[in-house]
Order: sequence, then structure tokens, then C-alpha cells
Amino acid sequence: MLSKEIRSHFPILNQEINGYPLVYLDSGATSQKPVQVIEAIKKYYEFENSNVHRGVHTLGNRATESYEGAREKVRKFINARSTQEVIFTRGTTTSLNTVAQSYGRANVKEGDEIVITHMEHHSNIIPWQQLAKETGATLKYIDLEEDGTLSLDQVRSTITDKTKIVSIVYVSNVLGTMNPIKEITQIAHEHGAIMVVDGAQAAPHLKLDVQNLDCDFLAFSGHKMCGPTGIGVLYGKKELLEVMEPIEFGGEMIDFVGLYESTWKELPWKFEGGTPIIAGAIGLAAAIDFLEEIGLDEIEKHEHELAALAMEKMSTIEGLSIYGPVDPSKRAGIVTFNLNDVHPHDVATVLDMNGIAVRAGHHCAQPLMKWLQCTATARASFYLYNTEEDIDRLVAGLRTAKEYFNDVF
Amino acid sequence: MSSNNLDQLYRQVIMDHYKNPRNKGSIEDGALTIDMNNPTCGDRIHLTLQVEDGVVQNAKFDGEGCSISMSSASMMTQAIKGKKVEEALQLSTIFSDMMLGKEYDDSIDLGDIEALNGVSKFPARIKCATLAWKAMEKGVSEEQK
Repeated sequence: MLSKEIRSHFPILNQEINGYPLVYLDSGATSQKPVQVIEAIKKYYEFENSNVHRGVHTLGNRATESYEGAREKVRKFINARSTQEVIFTRGTTTSLNTVAQSYGRANVKEGDEIVITHMEHHSNIIPWQQLAKETGATLKYIDLEEDGTLSLDQVRSTITDKTKIVSIVYVSNVLGTMNPIKEITQIAHEHGAIMVVDGAQAAPHLKLDVQNLDCDFLAFSGHKMCGPTGIGVLYGKKELLEVMEPIEFGGEMIDFVGLYESTWKELPWKFEGGTPIIAGAIGLAAAIDFLEEIGLDEIEKHEHELAALAMEKMSTIEGLSIYGPVDPSKRAGIVTFNLNDVHPHDVATVLDMNGIAVRAGHHCAQPLMKWLQCTATARASFYLYNTEEDIDRLVAGLRTAKEYFNDVF
Repeated sequence: MSSNNLDQLYRQVIMDHYKNPRNKGSIEDGALTIDMNNPTCGDRIHLTLQVEDGVVQNAKFDGEGCSISMSSASMMTQAIKGKKVEEALQLSTIFSDMMLGKEYDDSIDLGDIEALNGVSKFPARIKCATLAWKAMEKGVSEEQK
């Protein structure tokens, strides 16, 4: 496990909630921010703030250097070939919508297929539903195995020569399942389809390598990986991005503007209309530095250990069911569960009264809830700052919830 | 453990309505039907109302949700049955004020509903409590059109 010293970098963790030291187990929704990220944003606003790519003045140069420096940092972080393949967006949702609206509208037609799975977040479902409606294409879902994993046989039998786009989550935000993206990408390519990866829950937790995966697009958000909200990334292969049309038009993204016709800047800027998210990108770069100093492999290991421990300890509570892969090595640090007849909102309220933050609800994955045959679940998600003590507090809190509601019933 | 705080939210009468919901089910014929979701958490209510001559003759609900949303639905149906539409809407206003922590009209006996008073101190749960009432308001206002 990682050193508990890591917690000292996160000022927010050092507080009491409802009279108890905070145990934050909702990093799957958004992670906390280390002081390094907060300071980087502060430094930008205090010493560099200016618009990028236009000013001749010194501040303009500083801001541009920091912003483009952040892009290079992201390139290395995901092992892209070039910074031309790294587009800054508002987050995973915007990244996925950009692919659907730009690549999708240009390349998908009636009779084609778009393939996703039952474990997708709404942000990797609705853009494709809309695209399918607009174009007359068919949206197909790959069935899940009973333990909430994907089998390559199911993948093979769903993807056909009519499939144009396959879009799949790398790590499920509900089940914690880690999907075999490299193998699925290969199958998609054999049928001439492109592979889109929703990396929102993967980027914070494991080493990403787009060249090794060979995926065509990868989307992720800064705020789940210790960075600020409002910044995300769309990685795309250069040869695809080059022929794609922008979906946002305005300042910053143009080469030349005439009265009736305009031309676009080169990659990646043609996809970044308007003043970009400068402070966000700088914050994200600081988050990458922070994570890389600890080591993504170490972080992944830490989370596997926490997930294994949580599953073991939570299983001792009678009536508690855990969803998703039984084998902790097949899941990231996400444990989704239900406690008997106690509704997850009620569980979450009892935990909150004990200073413990978990998510309760449908986790923006209503089709998956349907597949799990429940309307809502509770979710504990772990990150690098969580400890074994946090899990003990969670288990104690769950026992309290169980006793409390047993008493009432 | 702060079970006192919890007791403020989960009063005995709430748990009783949750465990033994009143008016659970659906009115079949000639009833107003309202379906409402709470999109942030997945709670769902299916409310049917029988309104005749400006009076709520019958009210039933079905749905899925937490103890607060389901007990509130149970209490709401209990409270509005036999009431004039205006009285039902007046109760709804009082309930809404109660949830927002505002001063509310205490000249009307609220019965079991009073027990939901503590919800106002749990901002994340207010929407759970108001779902059924919103559904009722929607149904009644459609009827009045």
C-alpha cells in the first residue's frame, strides 16, 4: 500500500464531517485535489494570466508556454505520437460528443451499426443514441457476463462488417470492471470499425498507452485524476482528426476568416474554438506530475489492494451484496453494493452522519442498473489517499446502518 | 454514533409508512395517472388519482425509492383522500414550506406528515420527500385545465 503521508497533500481531507474525521469514498465521482494542483492554478492566475496564442506581450507568452506545456505533458502521459493528437475539452462528455458529432455524422449512415455495452455511463450512451437516430444507424449492445465482465466471444459476435464505431468504457464506474480494450480494438479494426475508449475511470488509476492499445479515440476528464473540473482530453489519431470537421466555431480555431468562407487552424487548435481552458490545462498538468511522481503502477496496485480488502471485510456483513467481478484483480478501486432492504440513499445518509462520503443512486448508468435488476446502488470508490482505516470506518458505518434499520423494521 | 441525528430524520412514523405503505397500488378506471422520476437518484413514482366534483375521492401510488420518498408518498395519499382539490394544493404548499425550512401555516393539522419535518435539515434528501407531492400537483393541475 502507498504511504499515508500522501494524505497530507490533500488539505480537504483534514476536516470533520458531522463530528467525525472525513472518510472520502466518492473519488469515482470526482477526486480531491492535492495542494500542488491548487498552487499551480493559483500561480497561473497570480503571475501568468493572459490569453494564449495572440498576445505579443510577456504574459501572453508565459500563458501560451504553460498551456502548450500542459499539452505535451498529456501527450507523454498517454503516449500519443504527437501533441497534434491531444485536444483539450471540457471533459469526457464533451470529448465523446465531439467524436459522435464530427466523426460520426461524417462516417455513419443508414444501415450501419454502432456498438457499445450494457456497462456504459450515460455519456457514452446518449451521444450514440442521438447519432443512430439522426443517421438511421443501429445501436447495438454487447451483453455482459454474469459477473459483469465482457467476454471476447460476445464482442466478436456483436461486432460485424456493418459496424462503423465501437465505443467502450475502459473501467466501469459502477462495476469497477477493467475491460480488455486492446483485444476489443483489434476485433473492431478487423471489421473496419474505429475504436473509441471512455477512459474517465481509467486515466486516474492505470497507465494509459494509446499506441499500445491502438484505439482511435480516447476520452477522459481532469477532475477524476486530481485535476480541476472543467478540463478534459480527447485523444484522436492524427489521420482521423485531420479530416474531421470542428463542431465549435469562433475565435482561436480559425486560420483565415472571410465574409462568406473561413478556414481552420491546424491540429489540435481547430477543435478548440474560443478562449481555451487555460487554468484547467495547467492544473491538469500539475495533477499528472503529482500522479507520475507516485507512479501509476503503484496507484493501481494500491487500489487493487484496497478493493480486495474492502470486498473481504464488507462480505462479513450479512445481507450485503457486492456487484461486479468477484476477483478483485479484475476490478479497479470501485465497490458497488446494496445492504438488504435498506435503500442506498438511506445507507448513504447514515454513512454521512458518520463522516463517510459514498455515492448512492444510479451512477449515471440506468441501463446497467436495469441489467443488475435494481434501481439504485451504493458505491464506495477508492483513490491513492484512502487507507485501510477508511475501509474499517466504512464497514463500521455499514454495520450501524444495518442495526439502525433492523431496529426500526 | 450520532443516532440522535438520525432519529431526527427517520422518525418511527416514517418507518411505519415505509414498511406498511398506505394506498399502495394503482386505480384502474378513469383515474388521472402521473409518472414522475427523480433523475438524480432514480426514484420513481406512479400516482393515480380519482377526482370527482373537485374532490380527491381516491389516491394510490406505486414506485421505487428510499424510505423518505416512499413514506412521503404514503402520507401524501393518506392526507389528500377526501379533500377538496384546493385543500390538497394548500397542503402541498405547506409541505413545500416545511421542506424549505420556512415558517408554515400550522393552523391545519398535518397528522403524520409532521414527522417529515426533520428532512429539511438534510438538504440532499428534500427532493426525495417532495417527489410524490410534485406528482400530485401536476396531476391536479392537469385536471383543472
